[in-house]
Amino acid sequence: MTAATASRLPAPLLALKNILGFLWRTPTSAFGLIVLGALILTAILAPVIATHDPYTQNLDNVLQAPGNGHLFGTDELGRDIFSRLVWGSRITLRIIFLVSIVVGPIGLLVGTTSGYIGGRFDTVMMRITDIFLSFPSLILSLAFVAALGPSLNNAIIAIGLTAWPPIARLARAETLTFRKADYIAAARLQGASALRIIVRSIMPMCLPSVLIRLTLNMATVILTAAGLGFLGLGAQPPLPEWGAMIATGRRYMIDSWWLVTFPGIAILSVSLAFNLLGDGLRDALDPRQMNRR
Amino acid sequence: MSITRRRLTHVAGQIATIAITLFGLLLLTFVIGRMMPADPVRAIVGEDASQETYQMVYERLGLDRPLWEQFLRYLGDVLTGDFGTSIRTGQPVIQDILHVMPATIELATFAIIIGATLGIALGVTAAVNKDRWPDHIVRVFSLFGHSMPIFWTGMIALLVFYARLGWVGGSGRMEQFYIGLVDERTGFLLIDSALAGEWDVFRSAVNHLILPAALLGYSSSAYITRMTRSFMLDQLGQEYMVTARVKGLSRRQTIWRHAFGNIRVQLVTIIALAYGGLLEGAVLIETVFAWPGFGQYLTNNLVTGDMNAVMTCVLIVGVIFIALNLLSDILYRLFDPRTK
Repeated sequence: MTAATASRLPAPLLALKNILGFLWRTPTSAFGLIVLGALILTAILAPVIATHDPYTQNLDNVLQAPGNGHLFGTDELGRDIFSRLVWGSRITLRIIFLVSIVVGPIGLLVGTTSGYIGGRFDTVMMRITDIFLSFPSLILSLAFVAALGPSLNNAIIAIGLTAWPPIARLARAETLTFRKADYIAAARLQGASALRIIVRSIMPMCLPSVLIRLTLNMATVILTAAGLGFLGLGAQPPLPEWGAMIATGRRYMIDSWWLVTFPGIAILSVSLAFNLLGDGLRDALDPRQMNRR
Repeated sequence: MSITRRRLTHVAGQIATIAITLFGLLLLTFVIGRMMPADPVRAIVGEDASQETYQMVYERLGLDRPLWEQFLRYLGDVLTGDFGTSIRTGQPVIQDILHVMPATIELATFAIIIGATLGIALGVTAAVNKDRWPDHIVRVFSLFGHSMPIFWTGMIALLVFYARLGWVGGSGRMEQFYIGLVDERTGFLLIDSALAGEWDVFRSAVNHLILPAALLGYSSSAYITRMTRSFMLDQLGQEYMVTARVKGLSRRQTIWRHAFGNIRVQLVTIIALAYGGLLEGAVLIETVFAWPGFGQYLTNNLVTGDMNAVMTCVLIVGVIFIALNLLSDILYRLFDPRTK
């Protein structure tokens, strides 16, 4: 692409292109990008990629070792593990997507209003945030799922309820830096309401850093979801959720290693990909690092 | 304002903050407990109880009162040390938890020793070799530990090191036939068996502890490594490092005595926080290794829907976290001369 066409791109897209370019040049974050790209492609093309139906049982063909028409072998009900993993990528993406649209808006709303209004409201909101932050996310999610009842959607809600505080903290810190800016004062003088200022002028400014923070947290979200699935509190059988697959495979682990090995590698790759990407993003957005390279 | 006065205001402020946080924590556990689908009355009286019995227990538990009154009652109970009775075991919940806690503390303590040693060594190595290959290897190695689903790594490790190679003990805290051989005095198996002079049991306990502790330690070392690296980089970039080198000190001396000496305080606070984070991994790893600790107690009660037990466990985790945060704050103030 020539400089002329690049400059015609709108500013946010240009920034995105620069960041992606930077990530692509770092081997570790490039790996992250490739894995996530593969995950999205797999989820979209699941019906094409999967060799078998993920739910069809075949009791004559249980616990088959990898090979022999089943790339990753079969499970205790004779279902093809490879196909289940492929379909499971849709569940993983669903978790990522739903958690993001729960956590992003809640965190953004709490953080910006708290930072903009300030005073006692701010103190109270930050106290609440601290209470949620004083728990490890898995334990609080466990408690919420126990209260709501085990299911994939409840697990997603529970993770959402526990993952917003860091986002709120970040959005608040950002808001505090804009609050005194001239353009906010101008909007206020024009008679804009607090709500309008928050939604139209402050939230868009916080959005980039919130999105990056969401990416950074996604590895934890994936691991928490898998952990809930493993404990039987997330996705329920026969859904091919990777954590739940490990939980059922556990009983046959000693003789049939492939039942737990492949879903685990899938979880590990996705969470590693997010961590590597997050690591790269941190470097990409740190101005000191940018100049050095 | 005099220094003592200022310090007192600070302490008072901190106590108020903790009190408010604890109150919020109790409110949260109360709400979660009330939301639970399990019917606490049914759990006590059983399925065949008559309507009158049900009604009686319902009223005795105070469930007919308004919610705020129930909350006040819960608050009062907790403040007087009454956390309710476990429906599953019939014992006071707090007694159950105190019984299982030593197993988890033993595991977590070994894990943090492994994690801190590994994390500090790797973090210093990475900082000293910034942007060279050891730095990249450390980065990938520690991100790997941070990314692995610990319940899965636990299973794979059991499969390899126990089932295939036979290097370590399997599930549980010791071999089946040793159970009950040693009197429980402290609850810490290593201490108990050493006190009793049962060295076979001691060896068996170490054999069973080493694998879950190493895995937990590895997963927590990622955070410690990252923080050590960034603290060290701050120090190594400062001018006094050059001065020390010019003065004729060896590289090793400047790194370990000067730079590392300055970050010790920060590291202690980081490690205290990482210790709390181990609780999360412990829930999963205890399930995999059939480790009879706090994590297993919590998950068992979640499955059976034992409300009192779950609420108390969550409360205790919150309290441990608040306490560790406070501890790291106090340590920081005590040891860092700049805060005086």
